[in-house]
Amino acid sequence: MKRIKTIETRNMAKSLQNGGCGECQTSCQSACKTSCGVANQKCEKAEK
Amino acid sequence: MIHQYKLNGYNIVLDVFSGSIHVVDDFAYDAIKIWDEEGKEKAAEILQSKYADNTEITEEDIKNIMSDIDELVKDKKLFTDDIFEVNAFDLKERHTEIKALCLHVAHTCNLSCSYCFAKQGNFCGEEAIMSAETAKAALDFLIKNSGERHNLEVDFFGGEPLLNWEVVKETVNYARSIEKQYNKNFRFTLTTNGVNIDDDVIEFSNKEMQNVVLSLDGRKEVHDRFRKTPAGKGSYDIIVPKFKKFVEKRGDRDYYMRGTFTAYNTDFLEDILHMADLGFTEISMEPVVTAPGQPEGLTEEDLPVLFEQYEKLALEMLKRKKENHPFTFYHYMIDLTGGPCIYKRISGCGAGTEYLAVTPWGDLYPCHQFVNDPEYKMGNIYDGITNTKARDEFKLCNSYARPECRDCWARLYCSGGCSANAYHATGSIKGVYEYGCRLFKKRIECAIMMKIAEMM
Repeated sequence: MKRIKTIETRNMAKSLQNGGCGECQTSCQSACKTSCGVANQKCEKAEK
Repeated sequence: MIHQYKLNGYNIVLDVFSGSIHVVDDFAYDAIKIWDEEGKEKAAEILQSKYADNTEITEEDIKNIMSDIDELVKDKKLFTDDIFEVNAFDLKERHTEIKALCLHVAHTCNLSCSYCFAKQGNFCGEEAIMSAETAKAALDFLIKNSGERHNLEVDFFGGEPLLNWEVVKETVNYARSIEKQYNKNFRFTLTTNGVNIDDDVIEFSNKEMQNVVLSLDGRKEVHDRFRKTPAGKGSYDIIVPKFKKFVEKRGDRDYYMRGTFTAYNTDFLEDILHMADLGFTEISMEPVVTAPGQPEGLTEEDLPVLFEQYEKLALEMLKRKKENHPFTFYHYMIDLTGGPCIYKRISGCGAGTEYLAVTPWGDLYPCHQFVNDPEYKMGNIYDGITNTKARDEFKLCNSYARPECRDCWARLYCSGGCSANAYHATGSIKGVYEYGCRLFKKRIECAIMMKIAEMM
């Protein structure tokens, strides 16, 4: 596409099927302690 | 739902429910906007008429843009439907095992920071130190209630946890002695003001703590304004050399310099850069959360300045990365391909369900920010969760629980926001701390722009 460039991102619909293992870090534990953002959390499931 | 914004010369389109991100030129940006507002058929007409006399774009170009948009819609990368809402409450129900504890090993502190949400460490209650027996019983409680979860997190928190250092060490050693038999992996974090850091703390923590969070607000005058010793002396000169040594010896292991900015330093970028210039590369800087009317509290008038600071921070980070001396800002870390799944994006921090705070007496609260609020005492580590009303309230607290979030593009990045902030701002954990939302959205816009800038 000439005028639109799509950046590679995780497929959210697919993650509904293969996500939810819960092994990832609790978001508030890592550094902030006063906010709740999940965007910076790493997925820890070996096979996505 | 989509979100469009322009930043640092990029036209960015986020497709909320697929998580897709598109970088587009001005004409495609306009076409997507009109398509969103008017629908496909009308958009084609409007665009042809709007750009009829524009020499930079032909009728054929417009047709191609419309065809590209159509393709993205068919590929479910633009204007995608919300397929998650119907399952949102089931998703939250799916895992209720506990996986993280914030252990308040010391409800006392050797600093006296006037902006402290824990009220100088005692959380408006008695000063206290957690015994080794209580700490070990808390780990037993965690293992017993963690189901199949393998990774368990424990944050040594306070007050100031180094005032109870021997118990911290004994607790870690206890965890290591039992984790294999239960097929668990403990990940420890230490959050400290740095005053009592010594060689023993450095050596033990660098071996056992997966992460250390070191409290530093930035420039000396900024740090010393709030972070004082009980005698009223600033703590900057005491702690900075210790933090430097700690981090130097830490090698590749995780750490964060964690600061708070207030109305007194809305130019907080200077504080972040000060920390970076001290040699610290992992930095987190949080807006202060205070009761309304406090002089340090951030106000509506501060917002344009704060937005500008976040944008300048993003540009400076891109510049320093190019110059080969990068640093990390916690809120700009975003993993677009390997980031959180939809379950995590909906359910958020897990306070009151997956995550609990434990007081020195073994009482349980939804998180560290609710400690000593009688309404939210959840139970204790010996009897488990007895306040099922509070637990059930938190179980349903997700990114779909708040009507205010219904039209927000950022809800799958913030997962509904911090319940404690919401509670303190509105009186309900299902409320919305709108000020925090506005800062959060700005940070996400910057973080995504930085990813794009690095790729293009």
